Amino acid sequence: MAFLHATAHASAPAIDNAEKKRSLTPYLLLLPGLVWLIGFFVLPIATLASTSTMTRPEGAAVGTYVQSLRFQNYLDAFSANKDQFFRSFIYAGIATLLALAIAYPLAYMIAFKAGKMRSFLLVLVVAPFFTSFLLRTVAWTQILGDEGPVVSFLKALPFFSNDIRLTSTPFAVVSGLTYNFLPFMTLPLYASLERIDPRTLEAAGDLYANGLTTFRRVTVPLSMPGVVAGTLLTFIPAAGDYVNAYLLGNPNTRMIGNVIDSRFFAIVDYPTAAALSFTLMAAILVLVTLYIRKSGTDELV
Amino acid sequence: MKIATLAPAPMPTLSHRASRWFARNLIRIYAALAFIYLFIPVAYTFAFSFNDAGKSNLIWKGFTLDNWKNPCGAPEVCSALGNSLKIGLISTILATILGTMIAFALGRYRFKGRSVINLLIFLPMATPEVVLGASLLAMFLNFRINPGMTTIIIAHVMFCISFVVVTVKARIASLDPRLEQAAMDLYANERETFRYITLPLVMPGIAGAALLSFSLSFDDFIITNFNSGTVATFPKFVYVSAARGIPAQANVIGSSMFFIALFIVVAGQIISRRRKAR
Repeated sequence: MAFLHATAHASAPAIDNAEKKRSLTPYLLLLPGLVWLIGFFVLPIATLASTSTMTRPEGAAVGTYVQSLRFQNYLDAFSANKDQFFRSFIYAGIATLLALAIAYPLAYMIAFKAGKMRSFLLVLVVAPFFTSFLLRTVAWTQILGDEGPVVSFLKALPFFSNDIRLTSTPFAVVSGLTYNFLPFMTLPLYASLERIDPRTLEAAGDLYANGLTTFRRVTVPLSMPGVVAGTLLTFIPAAGDYVNAYLLGNPNTRMIGNVIDSRFFAIVDYPTAAALSFTLMAAILVLVTLYIRKSGTDELV
Repeated sequence: MKIATLAPAPMPTLSHRASRWFARNLIRIYAALAFIYLFIPVAYTFAFSFNDAGKSNLIWKGFTLDNWKNPCGAPEVCSALGNSLKIGLISTILATILGTMIAFALGRYRFKGRSVINLLIFLPMATPEVVLGASLLAMFLNFRINPGMTTIIIAHVMFCISFVVVTVKARIASLDPRLEQAAMDLYANERETFRYITLPLVMPGIAGAALLSFSLSFDDFIITNFNSGTVATFPKFVYVSAARGIPAQANVIGSSMFFIALFIVVAGQIISRRRKAR
C-alpha cells in the first residue's frame, strides 16, 4: 500500500533554506525512529549473523550455543534443506506470475474503465485484508477441503476419480499464496496505470497503432514501475511465508519458512535456523537488486 | 471504417450481438471474476459465523445467531482479541509518531547520509517476515529477554515505521510548497506555518499511515509468533486452533473487523469527497 503512494511521488523537493540546511532539527527528528530501527532491525540481523556460525558444545544443555565461527553451518543447512529452498522460490515465483495475470486486467479495468466507481473498487481490492489473513486462509482450507463444496462438485463430475483432493497439494499452497498477496500486486499496478496520460494512448492510435500494439508498446512500458513494485511486494512475502504451506499443504510442500520455524521452536537448533534465515535474506536481496537493475526502475522508496 | 457502419448493415443476429457485448466487456467480466475470487473466503467466513457449530466449525449444521450474541463464548477468543487490539493500538501510536518524524526530516530538510537512511527504511520492507521474526528472537534470547507483550510491541513498531515513513513522505512531497510560502509571506513564523498549514495538510497522510499500521499490526502472524512467548494474539489463536477447527466466534470477530474497517474507510472517503466538493 505504501508503494502506491511511494511510486506516485518519487522524490521530495526539499526546501532549500540556507538556515535550515545546517540546523539540528532533522537529526533530532530522525533520532528516535532510527534508534528503534537500529536497535530492533540492524542489531537483530547482526545477532542472527553471529548466531549462524555458533555450535553447541559437547554435553551442553539444549539451546546453549557458543560462537565458534563455523561457516560450515551454512553449507550444512543449505544442503539439508535445498529442496525447501528451491520450492519456496518456485512456489513464490508461480504465485507472483499468477497474481500478475489476475491483477493486471483488474487494475487496468479500475484505472481506465471504472469511471466514478474507481475509489469504491479500490476499497474493494483492499477490503478482504480486513478479515484476518489467517481466517481467510483457514476458510480456503475448508472451501477446498475433502468435505468442502469444490471437491464434492468435482467428484460428481464423471472425469475425476473419487479420491481427488485439493488441499494438501502444491496446487493449494500456490493458490493460497496467490490469493493472499493479490492486493499487494493490484495496488502498485493501479497506481502506475492510473498515472498514464490517456492522450499518450490516443497519440498511439493516431499513429496507426491498433489496440494490441498500443497496449504492448505504450501501456505496458509505462506501467513497468507498478509491475516491478507489485511483483516484489508479492514475491518477497510469498517466498518467506509458511502459513499457506502449513495450512494448505502437506509435508512434501514445506517451504523454507516452515523449516526455519521448526528449527527454532521444535528442534531448538538456532544456528541452522539463523543460517537459513540469512541465506534466504541474502538470496532475496540479490534477486531484488538484479531485478530492479534489469527493469531500470530504482525509485521504490 | 466509418463508411461501413453508415451503410445499411444487415441486422446482427442475437448471438452475434451477444458475442460483441462479451468482447467489449471482457475486461469487466474478468475483473468481476477477480473480485469474486477475492471475496469468496470473506463470504465463507461471514456465512460460517452463523453456523450452529458447537466446538468445531467445519461443516454447516444449521443457522443460529448465538455466536453473534455471545462473541466471547469460546474460551480465549476474546482475551486474544483484547491482546491484539492493545498491541495494535500501542504499536500504531508509537510507529506513527516515530515514522512521521522521519518523514518530515526526509521530506523537508537536507542533510548528510540520506541514502543510508533511505536504505534503512527500505530494508525492513524487503526482508521476509520469517527473517525479521527469527532475528529479533535470536537477539532477545541472546540478551535473555523473555518474549511477551513488550517484545511483540517492539517488533510491530519496527516493521510499521517504514510503512508510515513511505506513506507520510509521499503526502509531504505532494504538497504545494507555495502554500507554505504564502503563509510565510503573511508573516506566519515557522512554527505557526507548521501548525496551521503544513500539519493539517499532511494529516490525511498521517491518518492513512496510522490505519495501515494498525491493520498490519493486527493481522501480523509470523513475526508475532516468533516473539510472543505464551501471549496469544488473535491471528495466533486462529493458527493454533486451525488444526481442530476454529470456533464460530472467531468468524464473528473476523467479520465484525471487516465491517468496521470497511465502514471507517468508506466514511473517510465520503468525508474527503465532501470537503473537496466545497
